[in-house]
Amino acid sequence: MLSMIGKRLMFAIPSLIGVVIVTFLLTRALPGDPAAYFAGPAATKEAVEQIRKKLGFDKPLVEQFFRYANDLAHGDFGNSLTTGQPVATEIRNRLPASAELTLLGLIVSIAIAIPLGVLAATRPGSWIDHLCRVTTTAGVSLPVFFTGLVLVYVFYFRLGWSPAPLGRLDVFYSAPPTVTGFYLIDTLLARDVEAFRSALSQLILPATTLAIFSLAPIARMTRASMLAVLASEFVRTARASGLSPATVIVTYAFRNAMLPVITTLSMVFSFLLGANVLVEKVFAWPGIGSYAVEALISSDFAPVQGFVLTMAVMYVLLNLVIDILYGVIDPRVRLEG
Amino acid sequence: MTAQPLLDVQDLTVEFSTRRGIVKAVQHVNISVAKGETLAIVGESGSGKSVTSYAVMRILDRAGKIAEGSVMFSGIDVKAATEDQMRDLRGREVSMIFQNPRAALNPIRKVGDQIEDVLRTHVQQAQVADHGEKAIEALEQVKIARPRERYHAYPFELSGGMCQRVVIALALACNPQLLIADEPTTGLDVTTQKAVMDLIVELTKRRAMSTILITHDLGLAAAYCDRVVVMEKGRVVETAKAADIFGNPQHPYTKKLMRATPRLGVSLRDLLPEEEGPAVMAGPDPAIHHASQDSSQSRDPRVKPGGDETKPLLRIEKLVKEYPRQGATAVLGKLFSRKPPVEPDVFRAVDGISFSIGHGESVGLVGESGCGKSTTSMMVMRLLDQTSGLIQFDGEDIGATAPSAFARLPQRSRIQMVFQDPTDSLNPRFTAARAIADPIMQLGDIRGRDALRARCEELATMVGLPHNLLDRFPHQLSGGQKARVGIARAIALHPKLVILDEPTAALDVSVQAVVLNLLQDLKARLGMSYLFVSHDLNVVRLLCDRVIVMRTGRIVEEGSSEQVLSDPKDDYTKELLTAIPHPPLPVH
Repeated sequence: MLSMIGKRLMFAIPSLIGVVIVTFLLTRALPGDPAAYFAGPAATKEAVEQIRKKLGFDKPLVEQFFRYANDLAHGDFGNSLTTGQPVATEIRNRLPASAELTLLGLIVSIAIAIPLGVLAATRPGSWIDHLCRVTTTAGVSLPVFFTGLVLVYVFYFRLGWSPAPLGRLDVFYSAPPTVTGFYLIDTLLARDVEAFRSALSQLILPATTLAIFSLAPIARMTRASMLAVLASEFVRTARASGLSPATVIVTYAFRNAMLPVITTLSMVFSFLLGANVLVEKVFAWPGIGSYAVEALISSDFAPVQGFVLTMAVMYVLLNLVIDILYGVIDPRVRLEG
Repeated sequence: MTAQPLLDVQDLTVEFSTRRGIVKAVQHVNISVAKGETLAIVGESGSGKSVTSYAVMRILDRAGKIAEGSVMFSGIDVKAATEDQMRDLRGREVSMIFQNPRAALNPIRKVGDQIEDVLRTHVQQAQVADHGEKAIEALEQVKIARPRERYHAYPFELSGGMCQRVVIALALACNPQLLIADEPTTGLDVTTQKAVMDLIVELTKRRAMSTILITHDLGLAAAYCDRVVVMEKGRVVETAKAADIFGNPQHPYTKKLMRATPRLGVSLRDLLPEEEGPAVMAGPDPAIHHASQDSSQSRDPRVKPGGDETKPLLRIEKLVKEYPRQGATAVLGKLFSRKPPVEPDVFRAVDGISFSIGHGESVGLVGESGCGKSTTSMMVMRLLDQTSGLIQFDGEDIGATAPSAFARLPQRSRIQMVFQDPTDSLNPRFTAARAIADPIMQLGDIRGRDALRARCEELATMVGLPHNLLDRFPHQLSGGQKARVGIARAIALHPKLVILDEPTAALDVSVQAVVLNLLQDLKARLGMSYLFVSHDLNVVRLLCDRVIVMRTGRIVEEGSSEQVLSDPKDDYTKELLTAIPHPPLPVH
């Protein structure tokens, strides 16, 4: 198992190097001159040149790249030009916010989608199958910002059940000491139940928004995969041996049907992590998606590069986790590892 | 049979609701099984034999239901029983063995755990001290060596025969009274088949169990069963004692099945239905009739193809194919693991074989799975590169050309292949005509829509495929029709050598008989040579002049078909021959 993990990590190195090169080149190829941007509209030509020199943009591309790579190797992602903060620090602060939101959204989504998919597959054509189809179609066809706004309108503005969508914590509470970066866990570690409740109530609406959106692929995949496995010969054998329906569905069908579902989960997770900019915007969530988009708009290279690299590393790690999960579920995969 | 039968099926009708309305898969079937009796249900695909058994277990698909009749199992009305009662019955009183043992086991669960699941369901904890021990005992009884280790094996780690033993252990774990075996040995090698069948019979006889053996193989039914029920199109056409039915078949369908079964002492023509007469080959459709008359007229043993007749068409010398034992990650694996590899790095799938095929000759390549026969045919076909050795075709060394480059040589069109599975070897999006025209469009010299169509029709006539079927897609054709399309495609480019890779293995016996005759006629008419790859010695004997028996990559015996089959020299050939179940010869 350990050698498999090591092997997978080694295979990830070339792709990470590729990501470093591509992000470096891409950000250089983007339209807009950051030096001119930072000098401001009233700056003279000399002032722009001076800033360019200060930022090192006057050097040849190759030299710029090696300086960049060297900095990366020392854990230095550069400084954001807009905020002046080191990118590494900002990402470290913002990634847990995105991750917490995405994870909770995904957990809610799994909790609904997988039972729904299983039930729909075991009773094809029944009302629950139709419910599954309608829910997933609706969930995927409503844009997240729309669902988010509707939820805010109903639960905050109309009913007043949830707090104002303004970040991760109500203004009356101070952030818990950082251990994991996940407020739900950190507040509990700090034994601050009130802050935990506040963090949770802030999370519920955006997480639900994400869950509604990600329900469709998971439920659909679960249903399709379960249907295929339920029609397989070993399920027939299990039935012909008189095993209880629960054993047949859980031990025989569901575990086999999990494999494609896990793949879908990983794709949904990595997609949500970087792409829930709109949700972050609607709920004023201090995540990395909104951070990257803001940096992109202002031609701020370093945060964009930092963001892309972080996502690449996350993706590699996520794939590793998926591979390990696969190995846990399917002994045939273990053999190849 | 004075006592009440264990299983009594009366007037059973099973219906399936499909998109095209209700289909009656089984109609008014009466079957009874006495205690301790072994009953065979014999029939071709679509005869309803499996559906009958599913109805007995009540494990029909959602779309199927018992419409009429009654199923009584030792006093319990299966049709009226609740689902809970049925579940209690399944596995404990009636259990089932399925075809394709590997698929019948949960691929990601240890085989021991799977047996334990059944034990846990049906045997009270109080009665058995340890389910694990009981499962190991069950494995022991089906003669699995080292059952304690195998308990922890996954199905993919076991061979097909071993998996079937596990399935038997699973079925017999709770000592049921009735075992239903649905084609339990289809897809297994003959020697494995014999071992599995002997095991089933031994275990069921010892426990005084009743058995229903569902099979398409009359020989198997005759060798292992007391009584035989013959089914055709959802109806029982004949029920008789095994000894009687083969000696004196009553129903025309039974007679037809009997005739079509390849066996000792008959020729290819004898397999065809009696009324059409042995010389003229006629199936249910007139086009076959037409084609075979054509071929019988032009059939002349002296018609030989051009080229140098004195030299063999294909000459294989010291052909070797080696595979690395480990996968492609072996290099990386070595970096990480410090222990040196214990096994040699290569596995010889084909180990230095030499043989030749003459012009117009058909040679059978026989052996069990893993013997290297398919690897050999792939190398001759130039789909696979050999490790070393000579492959000479029509005087030229084609073995020197890499498989990727061979497609551009003129010899490509001279060697063609008919594949094992007529369904899987056809593109589901191509019509029959398009499939037949494909090689011509790639390599042939016929251009233009009309010319191509004319050639397709000509080929269809030759293989006895009615022209109106040419525009159908594979799923709209029957197995036999798809086999004809595959054959037409293979002969479209006037090949000199056709490699037949178990072309009839997936077909019913009566269709097999027709297809084999068709192949024989085409060979004589077109002057082709055949390399017939098969595990079925009876079929090989009918079609081939010479037989080569392979085992673990080597040729163990070679000779004329008659000599090898009637007077085998090698022990392995003898073993293969004795493993084939033979129905008693029909009395005429």
